[in-house]
Amino acid sequence: MASESTTSNPFATVLSTEAQERLSNRKLAPDAKKPDEFIIYFAQWHTTFRLAELQALAEIEGVGKMEILKYSEQSPYAIVKLEHPEKANVLIRRSILAKSIFELWGSGTDYPTIHEDVCKRIQGWWSDDFYKLPFKFEIECFLGKRPGDQHRNLVESFSYISLDGPIRMKNADLQFAVMEEYSFDNSVNPPRAFDSPDLILLGRQIGTGNRSAALKYDLKKRPYIGTTSFDAELTLVTANIALCGPAKLAYDPFAGTGSFLIACSHYGSISFGSDIDGRQVRGKKNRSVVGNYQHYNLKSFFGDVFTADITNSPVRPGLQFLDSIVCDPPYGVREGLKVLGNRDPTKTKEVIYRDGTPRHLQPDYVPPKKPYSFVQMLDDILDFSAEHLVDGGRLVMWMPTANEDLVEFGRPSHPALEEVAVCIQSFNKWSRQLLAYRRRNKDEIDMKAWEERRENKKYVASKDQKESVDELNFFRKKYFEGFKSKEAAEAAEASGDAVEQLEVEKLNLKDA
Amino acid sequence: MKLLTANFITCSVKSCQSVTPALSFRDAELAREEIDFSPLFLRNILPRIDWPLLQRTAKELGFPALPETKPELSPIAEGDEEGVGSEEEQKLLKELHSLLLETSVQSGKLVCANCGHEYPISQGIANFLLPNHLV
Ligand SMILES: [Zn+2]
Repeated sequence: MASESTTSNPFATVLSTEAQERLSNRKLAPDAKKPDEFIIYFAQWHTTFRLAELQALAEIEGVGKMEILKYSEQSPYAIVKLEHPEKANVLIRRSILAKSIFELWGSGTDYPTIHEDVCKRIQGWWSDDFYKLPFKFEIECFLGKRPGDQHRNLVESFSYISLDGPIRMKNADLQFAVMEEYSFDNSVNPPRAFDSPDLILLGRQIGTGNRSAALKYDLKKRPYIGTTSFDAELTLVTANIALCGPAKLAYDPFAGTGSFLIACSHYGSISFGSDIDGRQVRGKKNRSVVGNYQHYNLKSFFGDVFTADITNSPVRPGLQFLDSIVCDPPYGVREGLKVLGNRDPTKTKEVIYRDGTPRHLQPDYVPPKKPYSFVQMLDDILDFSAEHLVDGGRLVMWMPTANEDLVEFGRPSHPALEEVAVCIQSFNKWSRQLLAYRRRNKDEIDMKAWEERRENKKYVASKDQKESVDELNFFRKKYFEGFKSKEAAEAAEASGDAVEQLEVEKLNLKDA
Repeated sequence: MKLLTANFITCSVKSCQSVTPALSFRDAELAREEIDFSPLFLRNILPRIDWPLLQRTAKELGFPALPETKPELSPIAEGDEEGVGSEEEQKLLKELHSLLLETSVQSGKLVCANCGHEYPISQGIANFLLPNHLV
């Protein structure tokens, strides 16, 4: 690229002599400020999850403190500043929602200001050899559009950078992108993008994300799935937020067909799963959780699956051994939530015999279950996590909530757990939240509050539980009452129509 | 069920959970499957292992006796990102890898010494659901 500037180019700017001199001095300046600001180019969906994922990755990849300089859910471009910029190239290598990362070469609200910023920033970053490498330039526009006949002038307006290497469209060593962000003019009908962008960025690409993993684990191509299987893309995001990784242990106490186990293992965690429904974790001959592990060649990261109930867990009390707990607890729409136990407390303590042998030792024995409240279940998950996560370990759980209750339906909390992220996925008539918690270190925990919580739980457990299933299950009640008119809800409940509708929404979600 | 998992669990009955060790294998049919060796994983997991329980489980299943006390590993040298360590440690970690991760009980029972309840294991999957009278 030649370094002369043409006055006929509307994007070009006339550089001061001082700026020209600075740029022509291509020596590594040992004392110069190294590039430590980066553009993250995000996918423009699941926007409330993006920052939580990025922050988790910053922790996993050891980039030190990450300062968010620019972020908006309305924009795919974020700017961050890293304490350890030398690790920036790996920051998003596991990311599902970030597509690429660029060194920030300059930003501006128009072309004169971005050129000024570029000249200020890049001096002393690299020696002469760098500028001789093969390169390419791309133009990305968000919301607006840059007519094709302007591209050449736009790229040439950066010619003062003086890239001397050959242009190479494939595998160029230096990949630059000019990113323009437009906004919409709503005063015209129909609304359309303004002619000029609000923000222009220049970046050099240094790394890419791992979006292809979402395709690799696509449920459509997975041998063993069920109605509760969770869409692959968000299980991977969940596993990232749970800080899964090599040499770590993950556990899903509501494992079902093992959607989350696979995601955790994809990142290197050895994963365990259990479910109160043994048929789900067991599967059939070739269609099973283990079969899926085989299918994805992840057998080395399979821990175990077993049948268990979270309220009567076989995990050794007090053992802090899990790095991550991930789950999408049952919503209980179909049958109401159940745990082991009997509705009638007087029936519980006797061994039942049939044909002379204890009933519970017969192979077709199904233990009785009693209704269980959704709120109680969330509390049990938090208690379990507080007890069994290692210090700094993470609980990442999904919680359904009717849209109308987003504000009033409080999120569960625990003295030993610090809430680190809340992300929301909205559907037509309902939504669900991802809640992420960090297990506090011993010296951060209010032990008195934890003790009180234990006492309170004992008191609640001692109360006779004769409430109806609906009263126990807030979400289920809302589901039948809130999403439809009252009369329709009753009719739907009788016909099972509403259940079907939820299943349909879940399927749509998988396809999305 | 892998021996690693067996080391993290006990009888689900609340009143048995303070009794150690509660569960032992009976009629165990073992299987062995080769999986990738990660010294780093074992280094991370070793502090979380109940050593006396592992010793007992190994003995029950007929494996050679483990060291009397939990081995103390020296910190990983700089640059040893895989956590390989000395030759001696490498050998020890491989043995633990084989025992904890490659060995599993495919069928049999886990029996509680306290309440006597038997948890069945079939196709490598244990069932910890309790009968009504034990909840
Ligand atoms: Zn017992």
